[in-house]
Amino acid sequence: MAARTDFGPPDFHSMLPPVIQKNYGQWKYHERVKPGLLKHVSESGDELYTVRVGSERLLSTDHVREICDLAEKYCGGYLRFTSRHNLEFLVSDSKQVEPLIADLKGRGYPVGGTGAAITNIVHTQGWIHCHTPATDASGVVKAVMDDLFEYFGAWKLPAYCRISLACCLNMCGAVHCSDIAILGIHRKPPHVNHDVVRAKCEIPNVVAACPTGAIRPDPPNKSLTVNEEKCMYCGNCYTMCPGMPLADAEGDGVSIWVGGKVSSARTPPRMSRLAIPFLPNNPPRWPEVTDAVKNIVETWAKHAHKHERMGEWIERIGWDRFFELTNIPFTEQHIDDYTLATETFRSTPAFRW
Amino acid sequence: MSDTPLLDELENGPWPSFVTDMKEAAEKKPAARDLMRQLELSYKERVGHWKHGGIVGVKGYGGGVIGRYSDQPAEFPNVAEFHTFRVNQPSGWFYTTKVLRQLCDVWDKHGSGLTNFHGATGDIILLGAPTSELQPTFDELSSIGFDLGGSGSDLRTPSACVGPARCEYACIDTLDICNDITRTYQEQLHRPQFPYKFKIKVSGCPNDCVAAIARSDLSIIGTWKSHIRIDAEAVKQYAGSSLDIQTEVVDLCPTHCMKYDAVAKTLAIDDAECNRCMHCINLMPKALRPGVERGATLLVGAKAPIVQGALLSWVLVPFMKMEPPYTELKALIEKIFDWWDENAKMRERLGELIKREGMGDFLRAVGLKPVPQMIMRPRANPYFFWRDGEVK
Ligand code: HEM
Ligand code: HEM
Ligand code: SF4
Ligand code: SF4
Ligand code: SF4
Ligand code: SF4
Repeated sequence: MAARTDFGPPDFHSMLPPVIQKNYGQWKYHERVKPGLLKHVSESGDELYTVRVGSERLLSTDHVREICDLAEKYCGGYLRFTSRHNLEFLVSDSKQVEPLIADLKGRGYPVGGTGAAITNIVHTQGWIHCHTPATDASGVVKAVMDDLFEYFGAWKLPAYCRISLACCLNMCGAVHCSDIAILGIHRKPPHVNHDVVRAKCEIPNVVAACPTGAIRPDPPNKSLTVNEEKCMYCGNCYTMCPGMPLADAEGDGVSIWVGGKVSSARTPPRMSRLAIPFLPNNPPRWPEVTDAVKNIVETWAKHAHKHERMGEWIERIGWDRFFELTNIPFTEQHIDDYTLATETFRSTPAFRW
Repeated sequence: MSDTPLLDELENGPWPSFVTDMKEAAEKKPAARDLMRQLELSYKERVGHWKHGGIVGVKGYGGGVIGRYSDQPAEFPNVAEFHTFRVNQPSGWFYTTKVLRQLCDVWDKHGSGLTNFHGATGDIILLGAPTSELQPTFDELSSIGFDLGGSGSDLRTPSACVGPARCEYACIDTLDICNDITRTYQEQLHRPQFPYKFKIKVSGCPNDCVAAIARSDLSIIGTWKSHIRIDAEAVKQYAGSSLDIQTEVVDLCPTHCMKYDAVAKTLAIDDAECNRCMHCINLMPKALRPGVERGATLLVGAKAPIVQGALLSWVLVPFMKMEPPYTELKALIEKIFDWWDENAKMRERLGELIKREGMGDFLRAVGLKPVPQMIMRPRANPYFFWRDGEVK
């Protein structure tokens, strides 16, 4: 018998709780009742409460079953996840809201992540499951969220602040438009293993994969060479060819980027910019990274106007002032020398001292 | 004594700990146990211990399973093969506990008992099974109604914000569009034939909660044409609240198109000047609502840095109506697929190809006329071309 293929995902309609099926597209307004609790009201007058809960994203099946127990007890057996790995309990009976929140808190689930808060960190696989990481993902996220925990369940910030992490330049989490992006980077060129290259790699494809033209074929050896001065450690060659690993305990670490946004509210979406070119991998708690992120968050929180996102604040005060207020050293790495670099240079003598 | 002291430290602190989940799974599953021990080694040595992919899969599919092998198979035999399933999520990540429990049962039977809800693209990630368990896992997934997502050079699993299911800002039916596109392009999703990956994401309004503009080759973002609906009574209620309508709403309007009369407590918007940024609606959801003539803005080209630098999507179609069966949208998607497939080099994303060939060529290929909404500002250099016949 031929196996069934291409039948597609389950139909989402069958996953919607009755209150949503009834009021689909008919929601009129919402209130942010308190951190972690949203109330949506429909044209029909029906109400839906959403309790948002932070999650580690990497869940055991038993943990998923515990979440199911909660959803069955309080939400008729329905729940959803958000685009940032959070969990949402959808409660249609207002009397169940506080008991659910109390139950969640009793079991150690953090309730929050709505409004002017720091919500979950979008992140990737790291050392748990990928072959190209320059840092871990889950461990750094845990350390940073522990350190910023007070901002998850309270509204103490001028606006919300989205933090994301990707463990290499492939950026599976597409972190490049975050208020704060934590990005794993390599700093040493690939160590070429010529036997593996000869056995497993299509040399012309590897040569073509290098964005800086650092790789040359070496026909007498049936292998290739890397011009180390041209290499910017992007790892593209390794994606194409297992004979060119870049991972290195001393070379690898974390860079920090700031000021990106995705929404169009007030100002257009924009990319994050380099704040700190390198911090070492220092597991299990990555103290250099947690300190750096907290410093940036708290400096922004102290100086920004209400509703001003990280990037809007920095554009208003200027990058010169940003580096001064955060005490982050400005280095040669901050000045772009990749293609289109000159767009980032300043063409006006109007700046701040 | 514990053999994972570094990981154990990460069980402390208020944020939920992935280490606790790994330990739960490790009680039942030797693979989860070895995964922890290998991760501990990575924490000690500060490098990863996974080998380069390798092609694995299930019958009839070219993608959806990520091959993964330990580089220390003798030390960690239960993760010698530790492949991952990408399972296509229901639109909007809604679940009944019934299907979640079924998924857990399948995964306890065949895999490591560890999952990600969800991968950054949107799939359910089932983390780690040996090669021999792949086909049996898929067969059971299929019997409970779950199909695979994309991987490799194919259409990646589309995703959408919660949209009309729970958000009053939704100007389009994000969930239905996502579901419909996913079903229409099963071939492109499951059998990699493209030059590289192609991502489609759907957000219901310019808040863009799924970050479509930052990470999808085709970003579909809901918007409206007619005027913002104002509820005068609700404006008066906000006037009596802690919200300062003048400084927090009106003064921050980027187009300066709002006027607030603090005495009469009335708000006026010059809708012709509004650029629909959402700021005022975000702050006054009871008083302000998107207009009733609704559709989507389509943008193209976003991607992360590999290979030639990160891009944000560019406006391609300022406004398109979005009604099932989405014929106009699909015709455009197919023209984009064709042009990209024909012209791109290996591992060249759509945005990079547009940069290399020029937006003009792309617009002609997909049959669209240039309009000023496509650009922030016109060019500043005089190096432009005229086409045959344009100069008589
Ligand atoms: C009052 C205004 C807003 C409302 C009512 C709102 C509504 C929502 C809803 C319903 C979700 C869950 C969506 C999903 O997972 O599919 C969500 C999540 C999200 N929204 Fe918004 N949104 C608002 C403003 C914004 C803005 C301005 C941004 C700009 C970037 C934004 C970014 C996000 C992100 C990144 C998430 C994922 C959050 C998480 O999982 O913790 N939202 N929002
Ligand atoms: C050239 C660029 C990229 C390459 C070579 C690449 C490669 C990979 C690899 C090898 C994995 C498997 C990790 C594992 O073993 O589980 C992975 C996972 C993943 N990638 Fe990428 N990736 C790239 C860019 C992206 C981008 C830009 C996104 C999203 C916008 C993305 C989304 C994902 C997702 C969702 C996963 C699943 C794991 C997770 O969420 O942590 N990838 N990628
Ligand atoms: S960001 Fe890099 S290291 Fe992390 S999962 Fe993606 S490809 Fe792997
Ligand atoms: S790491 Fe990147 S820049 Fe360096 S040789 Fe490889 S492809 Fe070229
Ligand atoms: S993108 Fe807009 S419509 Fe979708 S959930 Fe966010 S605020 Fe609502
Ligand atoms: S949506 Fe933005 S531009 Fe339009 S009136 Fe509101 S704040 Fe002004």
